[in-house]
Amino acid sequence: MHNQRTSARALAVHHSDHGTPRRATMIWVILIAATIVTWTVGETGGSGPAIVGLLFSIAFGKGAMIILDYMALRRAPLMWPVLALGWMTLVCSLIGIAYWKGLGA
Amino acid sequence: MCPNTRVMNTFAQTLVSPPSLPAVASDAAPRRLPGDLAIWFFILAELLAFGAFFIAYAFARANSVELFNAQQLALDRNAGAINTILLLTSSYFVVRAVQAAEAGQSRRAASWIAGGFACGMGFVVVKLFEYVAKFAAGVSLSSSTFHMFYLVLTFFHFMHVILGLVILGALWNGARKGRYAPGNMNGIETGAAYWHMVDLVWLILFPLVYVMR
Repeated sequence: MHNQRTSARALAVHHSDHGTPRRATMIWVILIAATIVTWTVGETGGSGPAIVGLLFSIAFGKGAMIILDYMALRRAPLMWPVLALGWMTLVCSLIGIAYWKGLGA
Repeated sequence: MCPNTRVMNTFAQTLVSPPSLPAVASDAAPRRLPGDLAIWFFILAELLAFGAFFIAYAFARANSVELFNAQQLALDRNAGAINTILLLTSSYFVVRAVQAAEAGQSRRAASWIAGGFACGMGFVVVKLFEYVAKFAAGVSLSSSTFHMFYLVLTFFHFMHVILGLVILGALWNGARKGRYAPGNMNGIETGAAYWHMVDLVWLILFPLVYVMR
């Protein structure tokens, strides 16, 4: 390759900001497994607060993996992972509150 | 000197002159936001917009639970789940592309991006089949509150997938020409961040609209 030497030199001083392929693959396996759980809940017609709690705990866990690892915010200034995870927390909590409200309706 | 005073003195000393940090810490990379700062503000704005839609959906549902539950049953959950898997896999391929570029392998990065693009196209095809089936069944923006939300939410997301695919196309072209390398990661990191956001939003949309009852 035309710039192999420069790349090798740059690599020596470059810190990885995006983790390892192995870690990315492990996370992908977990994300797919979690999706299959959500899918199964949908297909078996699961409902109720416990099921909905499970669904959004799974969604939160998956979102956290995307935010911290795939978006690489784990190594970003703290404000950014806090904002993104804060958004997830807020949205999931308000969905939970709305679901609760619907139970009494 | 009583032991307490000694402890206090040691504590005061560490406040004035902290012990030197271990060598490992000084070698650690500084915290860094990948890609352009501007894309992250854009992503925050997008997350707020999607968040507002999700919350509006959830509270609208709370007022007519029976209607939402009945019409949700008619949705194609298999299409929704397959699309989740396609987006997650696409995101994974894009991560591998960024890692390849970071390792100085721009051509390999191009191949990973092509894989990510193919999965994104898969999402578009599945979604179009889903829409055609829904429209054939008489679903429209005005047929019910649930259908209005279902169409607006999924179509708003669909448009983001389309823009994401355009971005992935540009990244593929850049990677093929060897544009991304250690020290020149800005373009690919910026595009990748946007694509992960499209995935992140779908991770809430799917359980909310297709599964929660």
